Amino acid sequence: MTIDTDTAAKVAKLARIRVEEDALPALAQEFNNILGFIEQLNEVDVEGVEPMVSVTPMRLKRRVDVVNDGDQQGKVLSNAPDAREGFFAVPKVVE
Amino acid sequence: MSELNKLTIAEARGKLRGGEITSAELTTACLEQIDGAGALGAFVHHTPDLAMEQAKAADARIKSGDAPSMCGIPLGIKDLFCTKGVPSQAASAILNGFKPEYESTVSQNLFDAGSVMLGKLNMDEFAMGSSNETSTYGNAVNPWRRGNEDAALTPGGSSGGSASAVAADLCLGATGTDTGGSIRQPAAFVGITGIKPTYGRCSRWGIVAFASSLDQAGPMTKSVRDAAIMLEAMCGHDPKDSTSAELPVPDFEAMLTGDIKGKVIGIPREYRMEGMPEEIEKLWADGTDMLRDAGAEIRDISLPHTKYALPAYYVIAPAEASSNLARYDGVRYGHRAKLAQGDGVTEMYEKTRAEGFGPEVQRRVMIGTYVLSAGFYDAYYNRARKVRALIKKDFEDVFAEGVDAILTPATPSSAFGLGEMADADPVQMYLNDVFTVTVNLAGLPGISVPAGLDKRGLPLGLQLIGRPWEEGDLLNCAYALEGAAGFVAKPEKWW
Repeated sequence: MTIDTDTAAKVAKLARIRVEEDALPALAQEFNNILGFIEQLNEVDVEGVEPMVSVTPMRLKRRVDVVNDGDQQGKVLSNAPDAREGFFAVPKVVE
Repeated sequence: MSELNKLTIAEARGKLRGGEITSAELTTACLEQIDGAGALGAFVHHTPDLAMEQAKAADARIKSGDAPSMCGIPLGIKDLFCTKGVPSQAASAILNGFKPEYESTVSQNLFDAGSVMLGKLNMDEFAMGSSNETSTYGNAVNPWRRGNEDAALTPGGSSGGSASAVAADLCLGATGTDTGGSIRQPAAFVGITGIKPTYGRCSRWGIVAFASSLDQAGPMTKSVRDAAIMLEAMCGHDPKDSTSAELPVPDFEAMLTGDIKGKVIGIPREYRMEGMPEEIEKLWADGTDMLRDAGAEIRDISLPHTKYALPAYYVIAPAEASSNLARYDGVRYGHRAKLAQGDGVTEMYEKTRAEGFGPEVQRRVMIGTYVLSAGFYDAYYNRARKVRALIKKDFEDVFAEGVDAILTPATPSSAFGLGEMADADPVQMYLNDVFTVTVNLAGLPGISVPAGLDKRGLPLGLQLIGRPWEEGDLLNCAYALEGAAGFVAKPEKWW
């Protein structure tokens, strides 16, 4: 599998990271080097092996479905780059 | 009393309890050292006022007779831990200005035990790196140098600031985190002890997430005893982390008897890498002899899937990172890019993340995005998770055959120069973790113990890998190794 500049651009788009056009060939090359390294995994016989989900065999714990937190609007918003009237503010989303 | 900053935690505990010194004096001594150690780039956010306040509270507590082991001990905290009201940026520009409204469970546990925070420590951005060169704060520098050369060396990474600070006696101990070797590799590069406990021992709550199925916090200290003391204070069940183990925390220090007679130590043949420096080979053989002389049974073992650990890691860790780092979108905290007229929300995400993430983080997020994308999920991600299951089984098999611990080198080399790997392929840098990454994939405890110097005078470490949840036993093996190796060298002060 080799990654061309179109695929690199698509991955950047999916990851929501702006990559300038002229940086794409180098990025694609880096992806190819890393993926080339990863390709070694194809040598392993994984027939019948279950993909590992968690390190320790355990059921994720469940908590009681009750309100146990809240009323922290000020704290929640305290680090926002742009907070107005108790909300996070972002550029217009709907035309 | 001079040079209090050079005490171990155990020594300081004795002097504090005996009324010989106060935590305020000890803390002042560390703060003075930190002020004079800017050249190491270890401390990136200083909290002297908080430290003195905590020290005074600790002194009052010690006076009242209620003093846990960590009471009054000044520590550095890796920047990956969220600390209330104190900048916590994971060494990333995307978290510029972020001051958490809450405290991570591990740092809270340490504070509850009376520990003092001197400040936040440098690291690789989002813990992605093996040389502390990806930090937004600039490099952390190793206090060790090659002979008489003045070239700056890496303290390793990602917990590079923690390693540098402890080795240079700026603090008595430091927190680290380890996703693929980020406690053990830097500990080896600076000649200190670092343990990554079993996955689930330390709560991950409030630690900025890199790869959630691999991340674990642990202590970085001047001795194995200190590691036992500090680890005990850090761990424990936490309902806020659903993967935190509901197991009692043993008295690790009480298990340090130094007696390892009859213990079976495995030497994995797959860790004998081609092109491994002779010095590392010799160190490993010497360490084996030391454990044999201490009465352990040495056994050659095989961990057949070792070779595939790094490639599996470089699928799983970026995949989890791409998901975890999706939250940095310029909306809720940290950096937001300046937008042009007409830019919408997508431009805000893309520009913010391009400006805020450094090149290595961008690379890993994109690799993770790729291996998780439609059409490649099975070929890459699921295959890597299957290989991970096989790697874990390798360890289970040898433990089932009676092996108590496994001895390996900690790193494939001693500390390299900052900038020396700048032109190397990213994969070359990844090879630093070749001996440590298997342990994260299998969720096991692993400890790095300083064991010798190379011919240029740089420290080298050995790694011991233990059975899950048996950190006490593992620390005891490390204690025996530490005693036999007798590593006492310290870097000569140039900073």
